[in-house]
Formats: sequence, structure tokens, C-alpha cells
Amino acid sequence: MALTREQMAKRVAQELKDGDYVNLGIGIPTLVANYIPPNIQVMLQSENGLLGMGAFPSEDDVDADLINAGKQTVTAVAGAAFFSSADSFAMIRGGHVDLTVLGAFEVDVAGSIASWMIPGKLVKGMGGAMDLVAGARNIIVTMMHADKDGNSKLLTQCQLPLTGYRCIQRVLTDLALLKIEHGAFHLLERAPGVTIEEIQSKTAGKLICPSQVPEMNV
Amino acid sequence: MSGLNKVVSSYQQALAGLTDNMTIMVGGFGLCGIPEGLIAEMVRLQVRGLTAISNNAGVDDFGLGLLLQQRQIRTMIASYVGENALFEQQMLSGELEVILTPQGTLAEKIRAAGAGIPAFYTATGYGTPVAHGKETREFNGRHYVLEPALHADFALIKAWKADTMGNLIYRNTAANFNPVMATAGKITVAEVEQLVPAGELDANHVHTPGIYVDRVIVGQFEKRIEKRTVQP
Repeated sequence: MALTREQMAKRVAQELKDGDYVNLGIGIPTLVANYIPPNIQVMLQSENGLLGMGAFPSEDDVDADLINAGKQTVTAVAGAAFFSSADSFAMIRGGHVDLTVLGAFEVDVAGSIASWMIPGKLVKGMGGAMDLVAGARNIIVTMMHADKDGNSKLLTQCQLPLTGYRCIQRVLTDLALLKIEHGAFHLLERAPGVTIEEIQSKTAGKLICPSQVPEMNV
Repeated sequence: MSGLNKVVSSYQQALAGLTDNMTIMVGGFGLCGIPEGLIAEMVRLQVRGLTAISNNAGVDDFGLGLLLQQRQIRTMIASYVGENALFEQQMLSGELEVILTPQGTLAEKIRAAGAGIPAFYTATGYGTPVAHGKETREFNGRHYVLEPALHADFALIKAWKADTMGNLIYRNTAANFNPVMATAGKITVAEVEQLVPAGELDANHVHTPGIYVDRVIVGQFEKRIEKRTVQP
């Protein structure tokens, strides 16, 4: 079975380490915050100028001056810090954020990513995505393995305009966890019940599969 | 205004000298931390042909959306413009020129202007449409794009507290682009919630030193929330 959005978030959360500073993008990445293991401490970075993002506020605690990068009202945890957009992206560009999780339309075997623009459709802007993919030391891309018609989104070369060039090393799809290295996708784990053959058939870019591929623990 | 006292008492004085075709920077992230009264005054002044530098473009009936309604903006430099139908319409019709800029590059272009740095190299955008036509260079095996600084005739910012000398303190995530923009305007105008006499702010807590600020005006803020989200 393909992973649900929640299971994808749960799998990403297993990658978090005690003491990590983490930036979570919009969509599935946001859900990762719900699955942070209780025995570790991580600080969530929101690129509008907050390190230590907390849960949504209660009705009484809503503060118009305290939002996340998705413009939602949030809270700040104990030990949080506020700063300017320039400082925020210095943190990101300078490689100080330990892990970035974000979505994508396409990735390719060279590690390039397309996530912000579909020609012919309305372009809303890249926001902070280009800075995040260029700056983070460690990125996990969460995405669907194929589109509704079964066309692969893991390609030999991205077809859509890029968000970042050769910057992605790990991809979690609804079917598999993969590493990108030496011009190929490497299958690391598969979703429970999903066969290697199915993953092969839905991966357009070069895919290297070991003979044994463990199932994810989600 | 006299000497180091930056306080003005009317919006007219706050925006004196703002004319058609100028470049303005407007602080804020979405609707958080925007100089609401200064935007309203620009609508009243009917200045046109503006180049506006701001992370977002407001919503249809608030923030920079108010200037778009009156077709006062000719060029918009922003990182994300998703929340504004009017904006989309004017962009598609070609009435409005839009220069989409990665958020961190936008912040750094503004910071560079304020710090007297004409341009800088960044890895952000290399190999993407953002780098088209720009000079690139390799450092230590990585590719970088040359990005020039962004200056403005007026920087219109919002702060929480100010003293009469223009020292500013921001609150929570309402800081966002305001502190960098404060440094990059030929004339920087701060609209603030609270004003205190010089000496009353703890100098250790000042975010923006008064040297960057030319005018301070006390405003009334609606502080509209774009996406009110609460615990279930």
C-alpha cells in the first residue's frame, strides 16, 4: 500500500535527531511536527523570523504579530527567538539549519528539484524555497512518486523550471525512500506491501535496487 | 522635526516628498508587520507608477492590495504573491510588471543596499530561471549567482516601539523585512504602535538604531490576520 500523508510525515520524523534545528515546508512537511518523537528536542525554524515555532494558539492566545511562513497564527516555545528575514536566511544560506523538509513536483537523478512553477499556470512565486534548497545541508523532499496517470515524477532530468540545481540527496515518496547519488536514484526502503517492481515501473530516472529492500516502519 | 527628533504628527509630513514613479520598500510578511497608515496615505496621495519592493502583495482589500486596486504600482518585486486575485489579473494583462525574487535573496539584496555592498554572490537560484542573464562564478567548486543590491527612495516600515530619536523595537514575527528595509531607504519612515521619549528604551534592546530612521509616526493598527488558525 502507498503511504498516506500522515505515514509519510511519520517516516520523515524518524530522521529527526535530538538537538536538530529543522525547517518544515508547507503541506506534508508541516505534518512532520505532529510526529516528533517525545524523547528528543528539536527547534522548528519558520523563515519569516522565528526559531522555536510551537503549536497553533488557543482562541485567547491568538496574536496577529506571531505567524508562521504559511501566514498561520502560531505560538513560540520556551527558548524561542525572533529575528529579521535577513537573519533568517543567513541561518538558512549559511548552512546552520540541520534539516529541511519540503515538497516538489519533480526531482531528477542529478538531484535537481522543480517545485515552484508550472509554465502556463499562474506563477505565485518561489517564496523561500530556492534559498532553502540551496542552503540546507540536509534536505528531504516529500512527494508523490507518480502523478494520477502513473507518470513518474522521479526523472532523468526535470522538465519543469528548477527550484534548485543538484542539491537534493534524499526523497521520500508515497512508495519509497530513496537516496540520490552518482546520477541515480538508490532505493533504500519501500512502503509496506509495495513491491520493488512497482517502484521500478514508476521511476523514470535510473534506479538502483539492492536485492533486499527493507519495508519502512510506519 | 528638529535635529534628532524624528517624530512627525501627520501622515502628510511622514510621506512628504513621495512622488510618482518612485521606488518604495514596504515592510511586512503577508499582512503581519505592515505600515497600515502609510499605505493608506499612499492611496490618498494617488502617487502612481510606483516600483514596490515587498515580500508579498497584500490581499485584495488590505495591505499593498489597496495600491493595486488603484493601479498605483507599475512594478512589483516580491517573493510570493499568491494571495491576491487583483494582482494576478493585472499581472496577466501586463499592466503590472512582476519580478519574483527568492525570499532570502530579496532580504539580502536589501541588507546589502543598507550596508553599502553593491552586489553579492549567492548559490540561491543557480541553474533556475532566476539566474537567467546574471553573472555566475564558481567558488570552491560551487556555483553562485551575482545579485545586485536593492535601494529605495522611501522605506516604509512598521515597528512596535520607537523613541523620539527613531530607535526601534519590533515585536515577534512582525519584524520580518522591517529591520533590513529600515537601512535601505533614502528616506525611512517608521509607523509605530508606541512612542516614548529618548532614553526610555533600554539601549540593549534596540533592534534598529535611530541613524537609519528619518521619520517616526504613531499609527493605529487593525492588524488583520490572514490565516487565523487555532487549536482544535
